[in-house]
Amino acid sequence: MSTDLTTPAVGRTTRTRLRTEGLQVGYDDRLVVGADGGLDLDVVEGTVTAVIGPNGCGKSTLLRAMARLLAPRHGHVLLDGERIDRMPSKQVATVLGVLPQDPVAPEGLVVADLVARGRHPHQRWFRQWSPDDEVVVAEALAWTGTSEFADRPLETLSGGQRQRVWISMALAQGTDVLLLDEPTTFLDLAHQVDVLDLVERLHRERGRTVVMVLHDLNLAARYADRLVAMRDGRIACSGAPADVLTEETMREVFGLEAKVVTDPVSGTPLVLPIGRRHRERDDPDS
Amino acid sequence: MTTLADRSAGTRVPRTRRPTLVVGIALVALVVAAVLSIMVGAALLSPAQVWAGLTGTGVDQSVAIVQDLRVPRTLLGALVGIALGVAGALMQGHTRNPLADPGLLGVSAGAGFLLVVAIQFLGITGLYGTVWFGFAGAALASVLVFALASLGGSRAGGPTPVTLALAGVAVSELLIAVTSALVLRDTASLDAYRFWSAGALDDKDSAASLQIAPFILAGLVLAAANAPGLNVLALGEDTARGLGHHVGRARALGIAAITLLAGSAVAVAGPISFVGLVAPHIARFFTGPDHRWLLPVAGLGGATLVLVADVVGRLVVRPGELQVGIVLAVVGAPFFIALVRRRKLARL
Repeated sequence: MSTDLTTPAVGRTTRTRLRTEGLQVGYDDRLVVGADGGLDLDVVEGTVTAVIGPNGCGKSTLLRAMARLLAPRHGHVLLDGERIDRMPSKQVATVLGVLPQDPVAPEGLVVADLVARGRHPHQRWFRQWSPDDEVVVAEALAWTGTSEFADRPLETLSGGQRQRVWISMALAQGTDVLLLDEPTTFLDLAHQVDVLDLVERLHRERGRTVVMVLHDLNLAARYADRLVAMRDGRIACSGAPADVLTEETMREVFGLEAKVVTDPVSGTPLVLPIGRRHRERDDPDS
Repeated sequence: MTTLADRSAGTRVPRTRRPTLVVGIALVALVVAAVLSIMVGAALLSPAQVWAGLTGTGVDQSVAIVQDLRVPRTLLGALVGIALGVAGALMQGHTRNPLADPGLLGVSAGAGFLLVVAIQFLGITGLYGTVWFGFAGAALASVLVFALASLGGSRAGGPTPVTLALAGVAVSELLIAVTSALVLRDTASLDAYRFWSAGALDDKDSAASLQIAPFILAGLVLAAANAPGLNVLALGEDTARGLGHHVGRARALGIAAITLLAGSAVAVAGPISFVGLVAPHIARFFTGPDHRWLLPVAGLGGATLVLVADVVGRLVVRPGELQVGIVLAVVGAPFFIALVRRRKLARL
């Protein structure tokens, strides 16, 4: 088709794209991730990894460190085997893209201009805007179905449309690896599914390697190849959704009594929480 | 050319209008204001007299008025206005605060402080000496603010918008307090400080413009280099870093540009208020948030504002004059209130 930058080399390999070694990250004097010995994680090419865990378990911090938005205390993040903090930041940005949890944009910024800013890593001061950039931005918009909003200011769009536009920007950046920090927060269920379908397509059709932080366990189980469950800055368990989402890990990681059944739609595990209300009702019967 | 047309439907991007027209209109407005500034004063000159004065072919008196008084003053006003307009747009961009102006970096307080020190302890009175001290004070204050803000900011990325604003207010208040204490001890420096702090363009000859022009030029070059980075920073620091941008470097570049621009303007003309605040808002209304267009239009708009205010100041209390800083405060405040009321100021 085309030789543009949004099409990475697609190949089902087991090559590790992103790896953390003994990673310890914290704010001020508090260590949030990797409390004992540091955190090790391998992200294999062409997979979708969802990081799950209770609030404050360090999953967003881990993602931010992997995206070099936070400098680790100890240990390293390796991108294709090379230490990310030793690579030029702009070079990293051509391989690894990140969508922060709650991105901001100035009022009046039109969608096409926002997506165009995703081309920043490919631009040099003497070559600000090229026809290639133009094509990539147009494709990124078309791909997420936001071409019709191209000349509208971002703030006039709905939350779901806005999130698609941000994903377009990450797409225009043309990176093989994409880190998403809670891409579905603040969206209603239909738009959550919509955004995750988009991620799934990115992975399937474009061979993107995706790591995302997700709150919804059932959606995480449906859309990820691999789940990483975190608690207290450590990886409690990781693996295929069916191996991770068990009644036992629900209790250990989330402190939640739950029944795990098979999702009748997707065949993945479906977590049904048992709150006190239902426990009390069950008690006399059992 | 062909790549776009060949692509399937829906892939054409309507890029935002390139506001070259806005830049053109702003240029025309500035030229009109400059001509007015040369024509109007204690003696009103006709356009023909202005032309004759500029080319040196008219009667001696009008040649003298135009070449020795009005042109230097207009040039200085335009320089100061460009500097304040661009510095204001940079400041608002870096702090993402619509109410930020260059004074927030402590430049005015710093310039006033060293000015008073120079007069009181070093006995420097001439304009040429005090401009250097004013500039040095502005630079020192902004370096101090930047350093303090970096201490409170994120470890890797230098100061954040919030720490910049807090450090700026703290340093400004401290310097103003010390300056007040100093001028109360000495009438000579009180007089000089009083006059300087009103913000004026008169009593300065072409040497003043020459003195600050290199700094303003350097500031404008740095500002232009900062524009693409500022566009990315507007998406938040995480996104900017994710796009491979060095946030700390961009901040340092911006602060250096603001210091050069606002520092030289304040040093020579005193703390002229509202230009750095209002000009970027007017410019943003026409250009949108792209700093590559916003910065030049804010500069041209700032220059126009200063020149118009200076002309008004020469007219309202004839044959006396009102200082440009006072006119801008008197006219600028209601204008700004109207701007806030009519249309919500753009969130940054």
